[in-house]
Amino acid sequence: MKITLKIWRQRDAGSKGAFKEYHLDDVSRDMSFLEMLDTLNIKLIKQGELPVEFDHDCREGICGQCGVMINGIAHGPLKNTTTCQLHMRSFKDGDTIYVEPFKAAAFPIVRDLKVNRSALDHIIAAGGYVSVDTGQAPEANSIPITFEQAESAFDAAACIGCGACVASCKNSSAALFTSAKISHLSQLPQGDKETSTRVVSMVNEMEEEGFGFCTNTEACQVECPEDISVLNIARMNYEYNKARLVKK
Amino acid sequence: MSKTIKAPVPEGPLVEKWNNYKSNAKLVSPNNRKKLEVIIVGTGLAGASAAASLAEMGYNVKSFCFQDSPRRAHSVAAQGGVNAAKNYKNDGDSVYRMFYDTLKGGDFRSREANTYRLAECSASLIDQAVAQGVPFGREYGGYLRNRSFGGVQVSRTFYARGQTGQQLLLGSYQALLRQQHAGKVKLYARHEMLDVVIIDGKARGIIARNLDTGKIERHGAHTVVLATGGFGKIYYLSTLAMGCNASAIWRAHKKGAYMANPSWTQIHPTSLPQSGEHQSKLTLMSESLRNDGRIWVPIDKNETRLPGEIPEEDRDYYLERKYPSFGNLAPRDISSRAAKEQIDLGKGVGPLKNAVYLDFSRAIKEYEKDVIAERYGNLFTMYKKITGIDAYKEPMKISPAAHFSMGGLWVDYELMTSVPGLFAIGEANFSDHGANRLGANSLLQACVDGYFILPYTLQNFLADQINIPKTDVNHPAFEESERLVKDQMQSFLNSKGKKTAEEFHKELGKELYDKCGLLRTKEGLEKAIENIKNLREEYKVNLLVPGTAEEVNSELEKAGRVSDYMELAELMCIDALQREESCGAHFRAEYQTKEGEAKRDDENFCYSAAWEWTGNASSPVLNKEPLVFETVKPSVRSYK
Ligand SMILES: Cc1cc2nc3c(=O)[nH]c(=O)nc-3n(C[C@H](O)[C@H](O)[C@H](O)COP(=O)(O)OP(=O)(O)OC[C@H]3O[C@@H](n4cnc5c(N)ncnc54)[C@H](O)[C@@H]3O)c2cc1C
Ligand code: SF4
Ligand code: FES
Repeated sequence: MKITLKIWRQRDAGSKGAFKEYHLDDVSRDMSFLEMLDTLNIKLIKQGELPVEFDHDCREGICGQCGVMINGIAHGPLKNTTTCQLHMRSFKDGDTIYVEPFKAAAFPIVRDLKVNRSALDHIIAAGGYVSVDTGQAPEANSIPITFEQAESAFDAAACIGCGACVASCKNSSAALFTSAKISHLSQLPQGDKETSTRVVSMVNEMEEEGFGFCTNTEACQVECPEDISVLNIARMNYEYNKARLVKK
Repeated sequence: MSKTIKAPVPEGPLVEKWNNYKSNAKLVSPNNRKKLEVIIVGTGLAGASAAASLAEMGYNVKSFCFQDSPRRAHSVAAQGGVNAAKNYKNDGDSVYRMFYDTLKGGDFRSREANTYRLAECSASLIDQAVAQGVPFGREYGGYLRNRSFGGVQVSRTFYARGQTGQQLLLGSYQALLRQQHAGKVKLYARHEMLDVVIIDGKARGIIARNLDTGKIERHGAHTVVLATGGFGKIYYLSTLAMGCNASAIWRAHKKGAYMANPSWTQIHPTSLPQSGEHQSKLTLMSESLRNDGRIWVPIDKNETRLPGEIPEEDRDYYLERKYPSFGNLAPRDISSRAAKEQIDLGKGVGPLKNAVYLDFSRAIKEYEKDVIAERYGNLFTMYKKITGIDAYKEPMKISPAAHFSMGGLWVDYELMTSVPGLFAIGEANFSDHGANRLGANSLLQACVDGYFILPYTLQNFLADQINIPKTDVNHPAFEESERLVKDQMQSFLNSKGKKTAEEFHKELGKELYDKCGLLRTKEGLEKAIENIKNLREEYKVNLLVPGTAEEVNSELEKAGRVSDYMELAELMCIDALQREESCGAHFRAEYQTKEGEAKRDDENFCYSAAWEWTGNASSPVLNKEPLVFETVKPSVRSYK
């Protein structure tokens, strides 16, 4: 296949960026999207140019390190698929593809398609855990958890922390990401003891990191590779309001 | 000079050793812990659990990883499950049985006391993970669910859908961030360790490169722990992540840490095959598929028909034929080797003739499609995403892929390397799995090392460091290390040749897979050593790295990793060459039984090979740690 790429190139957070056009002539349908970028990079390096910097690691859809906007959609056209699992058979011969980084005030650009998502770690650090030290745990089967409870908590715990929800939100809100963790832990007996303190500190941290407010556009779930449900946001809001009321 | 190494284990019968150790280990008072600094490189299950546990105790921890967040360490990719001797199934499991299965699975090539301790600490891990909120699979009544995994007869595997590694890692990642919030852990993401710094014979710090800026940093501490994972990526095509590397442990090796049994690599039988030259990694398909899928190749190597058109009599179900009692469920090493044999005979399938069929048609007929969808639906979806093929309609194509490093830094019972003050945990060390690791045992090992063992053994070391002041990063040893690291990077940039690091890596990987992979011969290994040396020479003059060292530069990162792989690859071949026996994943064609099974030689090779760096990658010194079996008598592993 012949593919035209328009890729966002930017030296660092302080510089101005722009799209640059590249052409690839023999793209195989079986290549993954990132392997297509690898091919471009080898070509660029041999021509004496700087390769396109992009993030990736596991290349099997689980680590959450990859992620770019492809034709304006976070992780590209395939539903519930990370950038690394997207293959070129999703495109046609002669296509032009726009590739941009995940853009958000809270995700400063490192270079080209690489952004800094450590703000997401800070939200977790604010309370996304059960406060249990090594050695304190009771026998695992002493607290039964129903099958449904465990499955439902799992649905929220499946978030891979990629930040696509932020990139696809017009307000750059991290509500889906944050609510997924709150929802995971509050549905389990081990985690529910701290729900009210957790939700308040995580939501506050989210604001401090410069993420926007959620206005329920629900674009996030659509582009989330794990199909994390927006119902988690409703749960977070409920828990947040409850915690605030109790405090007053 | 080659020597015999002793790794003292605590006194007493096997079942009491670890308790004896804990009762006698030195302690550090909470007041003094505040004064001590620990560097932990790696935030996978081993590194994150160790960092969190030590910080909870009151130590000051600096935690490093090369990804942009600690949550992305490759532990995240583990699918199948984690073992523990809880005996919830009442099926006769016990610590002893788990220990024995692990030792036997490893073909009696691990240290008895370490392997026993792994089984002994397994139950506590499940307690810990559940308390952290890990959503393991449950029965309808609310109790934990188990399943069975390869090579054992009991059900001791706990799992969280097909994402057990992810969920366990999130548990320890969250524990780690909790300590960061508490101010006890300092996190350095996107930092790559490039050297260990040794002062007065003890590991006191590291040199790291900030991958976002290119800045070289010095970090000092009272002790250094390496939890940097496996190096299966040396084969280029593997189930590991793109950034997985041997650099951390290899550079430690060059500073005096012994490297043990480096050639023992587990090659997983059910990965997706390579589809073209562009391929960058291989995706693992869970081994559980072999419960219902039948493996076959066409009998005629010139077969051109589609799989569905090939009648039964023209198919060879070679595993069922060769191993009638285990059939498609034969252990990993045996299944992988058998697949390679067929592929080498020219009977491989697919465009590159590099795969075998994994066929569900009989199971679909027998149980209906819905049942198969319920069991493996997510795997069939993943298969379709990657290959575009519907496996309900046509058989999957699978092939073997490099997966797990049983070898790694040599460590003693306390998980300390041969360099005082330098510890290695998780897949980075060599300890518990012998010559072949059992499925679902390595998540366990990483966690047990980090949560339950290192906190005791590191403290035993630190107890003698209380009066040592903070490490001065202006010490000449730091200067020297930093200079060497910078010079090396400059030499990569200066070479201005014609091939990228990735291209070299592909060549190296192929060489290693062919000659030091599933099947090894004296002749092949000698040839590989020669070829690797040549490749290394070429690397010096023909490498092409763009950009500079003082900026984001993924190519420069790769260049360093591949350079280390080039040296380690030779050691792997040397290791495989000296071991004139077959054991576990190490199969030497010259040493097999009449039936083509591995022939172990306990009389001459019942030891771990602990290699010592001499300054020349081609002439390492072989030290031997004899394996002494006090409790168990090694037997022959048979799966016929
Ligand atoms: C696809 C796959 C599936 C698996 N499935 C299972 C399973 O079902 N059950 C099971 O028991 N085991 C499984 N395993 C094996 C198991 O996952 C690993 O052995 C285990 O997770 C290793 O954990 P670790 O903490 O030692 O290393 P990792 O999780 O790999 O972590 C390594 C850490 O070191 C850091 N690092 C590495 N080098 C450097 C450097 N130079 N500088 C700074 N940081 C560095 C990385 O950033 C990372 O944080 C699987 C492995 C793979 C690849
Ligand atoms: S909620 Fe979905 S899109 Fe957002 S970080 Fe998690 S996995 Fe990514
Ligand atoms: S590279 Fe890990 S999710 Fe894409």
